[in-house]
Amino acid sequence: MNERDLLDRVTRVPGVRGVLLVAAADGLVVAEQLMDGVDGRAAAALAGSLVGRLTRTAEQAGHQRPTFVHLRAEAGSVLAAPGPDDLVLVAVIAPDANVGLARLEMIDAAGRLG
Amino acid sequence: MRALEPWVVEPLQAFLSESSARLTLLMTSSGQVVAQHGFSRSLDVMTAAALGAGIVASTEELARLMGSPRFGALVHHGVGQSCMLGAFPTPRGRWIGLVVFGPETSVGIVQLFFDQMVEQLALAAPREQAPPPMLAENFESELDASLKALFGR
Repeated sequence: MNERDLLDRVTRVPGVRGVLLVAAADGLVVAEQLMDGVDGRAAAALAGSLVGRLTRTAEQAGHQRPTFVHLRAEAGSVLAAPGPDDLVLVAVIAPDANVGLARLEMIDAAGRLG
Repeated sequence: MRALEPWVVEPLQAFLSESSARLTLLMTSSGQVVAQHGFSRSLDVMTAAALGAGIVASTEELARLMGSPRFGALVHHGVGQSCMLGAFPTPRGRWIGLVVFGPETSVGIVQLFFDQMVEQLALAAPREQAPPPMLAENFESELDASLKALFGR
């Protein structure tokens, strides 16, 4: 399964407005499938930074790196699933999205990266 | 952070807060420094400005030879720290930004907020005519005055 197929699987979940594959250390977009109005470059930079900081925080606290990050806001959520090779799968979802299904698809897709 | 023109301060301060850049230098395309953050010696500022302006001039000439538009930005990735060099238009002429950043931030974050700073500078710039180009006979005195303003001594 290539990167495009992995993004397709997550994009098909109801309420998902965009999915990106991000190089976490650089905060740059590797691949993306976004609806109009979603700023992929900003999402990649900020989500990459967030996941990097959370990973360092967890490691400093003696825990393993996070397997899934859910940042919930009033107008929707940002989901992130770290994968191998410093890649992170990021999804921008609407408030009424099926978060549970998106989470399952993202964790599965992130495991197939690399 | 010190700036020669007060309208530069707010956009630059926002960029520094958001990007976590270690060093930042804003200069004209001829290497005349407009603002700096993080440099402790005037010699370093002069050297960085001269080198930055020279690199941008070289890459723009390379782009012209290749028949392509100007490069947006040049990023040099290092182990301990990285450097981004980007030229951009302002109502006061073409300027160059030189940013040095470490692993506490990322090139994506730096580029994102650099672009926001460029937009804010364009909005904040006074609409009066840009100052005339510096003449050779005034160069040394102008440089001394700029460095005094940038380092407060």
